[in-house]
Amino acid sequence: MQSITRNIEALGKKTSQSIEECGYIVMLFLESIFWLVFGKRRNQSIRMAAIVSEAKQIGVDAVAISAVLCFAIGIMLAIQGIETLKTFGAQSQVILGIALSVTREFSPLIIGILVAGRSGSSIAARLGTMNESQEIDALQVMGINPVRYLATPVLVAMIIMLPLLTILGDFMGLLGGAVYSNIELNISFAAYAERSFEILSVDDIAQGLIKSVVFAGIIALVSLSNGFQVSGGAEGVGRATTRSVVMSISFIVLADMIFTYFLNR
Amino acid sequence: MDLAIQVENLISHYGDREILKKISLDVPRGEILVIMGGSGSGKSTFLRSLLGLKKATSGKVYLLGKDIMQLNEMEMQDMRKNMGVAFQGGALFNSLTVGENVRLPLHEHTELDEATINIMSRMKLEVVNLSGFEDLKPAELSGGMIKRAALARAIVMDPKLLFFDEPSAGLDPVASVELDELILKLRDALQMTIVVVTHELESAYKIADRITVLDQGEILMTGTVDEVKNSSNKRIQSLLHRQARDEEVDAEEYLNRLTREAKRH
Repeated sequence: MQSITRNIEALGKKTSQSIEECGYIVMLFLESIFWLVFGKRRNQSIRMAAIVSEAKQIGVDAVAISAVLCFAIGIMLAIQGIETLKTFGAQSQVILGIALSVTREFSPLIIGILVAGRSGSSIAARLGTMNESQEIDALQVMGINPVRYLATPVLVAMIIMLPLLTILGDFMGLLGGAVYSNIELNISFAAYAERSFEILSVDDIAQGLIKSVVFAGIIALVSLSNGFQVSGGAEGVGRATTRSVVMSISFIVLADMIFTYFLNR
Repeated sequence: MDLAIQVENLISHYGDREILKKISLDVPRGEILVIMGGSGSGKSTFLRSLLGLKKATSGKVYLLGKDIMQLNEMEMQDMRKNMGVAFQGGALFNSLTVGENVRLPLHEHTELDEATINIMSRMKLEVVNLSGFEDLKPAELSGGMIKRAALARAIVMDPKLLFFDEPSAGLDPVASVELDELILKLRDALQMTIVVVTHELESAYKIADRITVLDQGEILMTGTVDEVKNSSNKRIQSLLHRQARDEEVDAEEYLNRLTREAKRH
């Protein structure tokens, strides 16, 4: 009996903590937007330099790895596609499969997961360490709002850079598919490109980009909130880092599923 | 009397635990007040309440005549321009150089041009004997230099109030004495009101106009160095002479503490 009540108590505690955390994330989002819009009026404007430096870390530094991963995904889709379509003797239809799945699904998803792992973890670790060494308190006593100074630039940079990386990912994924189809099916690059552009509509690209904006918000807010709430020294920072990556990726996959469902109805 | 800081019946909790029990304290302008107490005495919480970093349960804190709990965000931001804080570990921003750290408040709060900001920040680095170290990162500095750099950042806006958390903690005796002299110099040269939290007796005796002894969330006494030294209060004497606390043990309460799990279930 005792263990049952204890379990129920633990469950209740967990639930209220989760709700609290959701509330925190929503507040963080609203506050970031507030500073973006009203910062200047309150003599606390968002520095362009801060956004640029975040954008470099989140986006520019991830260009090479994003390109390689999406290229590999393109090749992988081509291999699987050709193998499956062989059964129907419709190998050339692989272009359709690659074009749609890369732009709508794989490019935003892979980029999202990559950035969550690369930048989400580093944002959480950086903020966590700052929190532990009282740097965030220091900002506050200097009259510099920590959300305005630390969070808004990350959120803005993330929302700008993730769609850009996704466009790069789209291109590299299609290129990967083209390279493999060229080797395996002897489809020329020109023909592949022509067919791809025939298939793809603005909607397909937009679907991927909308997703990437949502993923950007998820990664930024989850890692920021985990970083801001660190307690418990170096171990706490480590925990927050892991947690923010796992949470970001889980939310990305779930959000992806929900979006895919609604956008394809 | 012209009071810089006025605290009335301040009560503060962490969860259910009462940390500060109705504290009242006045600090006239231009005074160096040392808050002393052992670990767990509530001195850090008291400092955080004075800085507006922790919301008190009840009571009032007036800084420069204004009740900080009644100030709105903009007014608090203005108030913070009159407050300088040097944290225990320095809390310098690790990603910025020493110079950038010191310049940050000027960049954020003033419209001064770069050249003026540079001169002002160098003047403050000169005051703390750190000229020539501007371009180093905090990680490249010694413990004493970090504290001095933090002090330079705290005074760069020429605040009326300066708070210093554990200036001598973790420093060798020479560096510690240097820092004490710096604090005295600042008060004389810049007419600041300075609140220092410490548990180092030597340092407290040297710099204090008055000492407030805090123990278990209560102020045992506030007085001049001699008054504190000659106090007949047992707890003060044991703090001054580094004796272990030997409190009377309440048998009933002791048993309760030992068996609390068994009782709860």
